[in-house]
Amino acid sequence: MTESGDAPLPDGVTRRSFDGEDRLATRGDPVYGEPTDGEWRLWDARRSKLGAMLELGMDTGLDGGETVLYLGAASGTTVSHVADVAGPTYAVEFAPRPARDLVDVAETRPNLFPLLKDARKPETYAHVVEASVDAVIQDVATRGQARVARLNRRFLADSGRLVAAIKARSEDVARDPGDVFEDVLESLRQDYEVLATESLAPFHEDHLAVVATPR
Amino acid sequence: MADHVPANAGWFENLDPSDVDSLASSITEGSTTEPQDWPSRAIESNFADDEDDYYARLHEATVEATRQAVRERERADDQQLKHAVRAMDDCERVANELAERVSEWAGSLGMDVAGVDGAREVAARDPEPGEEQLVSLAERTAELADEADDLRSFVESRAPGVAPNLSALAGPVLAARLIALAGGLEQLAKMPSGTVQVLGAEDALFAHLRGQGSSPKHGVIFTHEYVRGTRPDERGPAARALAGKLTIAARVDHYSGERRPELDDELDRRIHRIRTRGEDDD
Ligand SMILES: C[S@@+](CC[C@H](N)C(=O)[O-])C[C@H]1O[C@@H](n2cnc3c(N)ncnc32)[C@H](O)[C@@H]1O
Repeated sequence: MTESGDAPLPDGVTRRSFDGEDRLATRGDPVYGEPTDGEWRLWDARRSKLGAMLELGMDTGLDGGETVLYLGAASGTTVSHVADVAGPTYAVEFAPRPARDLVDVAETRPNLFPLLKDARKPETYAHVVEASVDAVIQDVATRGQARVARLNRRFLADSGRLVAAIKARSEDVARDPGDVFEDVLESLRQDYEVLATESLAPFHEDHLAVVATPR
Repeated sequence: MADHVPANAGWFENLDPSDVDSLASSITEGSTTEPQDWPSRAIESNFADDEDDYYARLHEATVEATRQAVRERERADDQQLKHAVRAMDDCERVANELAERVSEWAGSLGMDVAGVDGAREVAARDPEPGEEQLVSLAERTAELADEADDLRSFVESRAPGVAPNLSALAGPVLAARLIALAGGLEQLAKMPSGTVQVLGAEDALFAHLRGQGSSPKHGVIFTHEYVRGTRPDERGPAARALAGKLTIAARVDHYSGERRPELDDELDRRIHRIRTRGEDDD
């Protein structure tokens, strides 16, 4: 496992000064009232687990320009930044209310494809999402996060990356997060080689970031 | 699965590239086990000229499909809302009845309490000998009132998703009541505004139709500040105006689902005019 800390940012993500502080930013249409600086808009690590991974210097393997399948897109906060820097971006969300906002976010982003689907049922979108995507980014915060990642392995190129935020409380509120993460990783290892893990504190408590590649 | 999509086919297969409706429904209803290199397949089969063309069509179809699917799913949520608001009313009614029983009983033991708050007071007591059964009943009463509060929070959080405009104009709870009384958002959207105006006043309406009593001017919308807070001689017009705007709001919610804040302003202005007219001649 690699020690993270100073991995380069994907192309299209930069650090800019907002209110005197160096923050992540991408170029695109503003989405959720985030501060902007010219054509750059702030990517808030506190509101985005992927943002937190980049802020922490984790090596996600994302360079920019890749084809992405994003699971758990919610109202599109994070996936809007992903679409700013990636190529074709498929965004899966199963709750209708956030998906309504996601559609609005996608409207102005021609490379963002919103899908109201259940990430536990990949066969309901395998006729739309292309094979061999470069990255599966996952933030579903629901019970069975390892299972979701494994079920969606079929979309990933052999050299592709799974970039997942695992929320301990979604699996079991009562158990020790460390034990929960161990179980999740053990399950993931059936189908993936885990390349790096990192706690997302202080941005997100009891969340583990996982970067993995198919095995 | 849509009949026109063979198993193991891409979302676009055998469909006319200009037929966005069919493409959208294929996205929503289709399925296959293994993904393929769909962009190449689409270009080979002449669905798209090149990759850019493919992704442009995919974008149009996914946005349309997801917009429609969201609307349909939210409509199904109106039924959840209907049950929740009915359950909320049941819990409140029963909690109030039980609270009355509790205060009567407590009175016989020398305590002076009233209402649900009174029942909570009794529930918090360390029961003295002979009071156990009363305190237990008071606990149940308080729990039922808590359940009603939870249901109210649930309704308040769900209603704006189901009917954003109606919830903004009526408030989430009244919006849910109207949906429940009509049987669903679609039924409400299809009602004439005169019917919406007397929803919840069916007993009075039927009495009137039987020739007993006057025609009711307002049903459950009476609880709205714009009717209740208007002076009695203008309540009829206020109820009519409110019902008219709520009907429009329900239609926008059902047919488009877009939030239209200008509806709020129109209603505010209408009511303001009703309340201030005639003031000059006073
Ligand atoms: C923590 S939120 C995601 C936030 C989002 N990634 C962001 O940063 O903007 C988790 C989302 O995953 C969605 N979700 C949970 N289980 C899912 C499933 N099985 N399929 C699709 N979406 C799911 C939830 O509805 C919720 O919107």
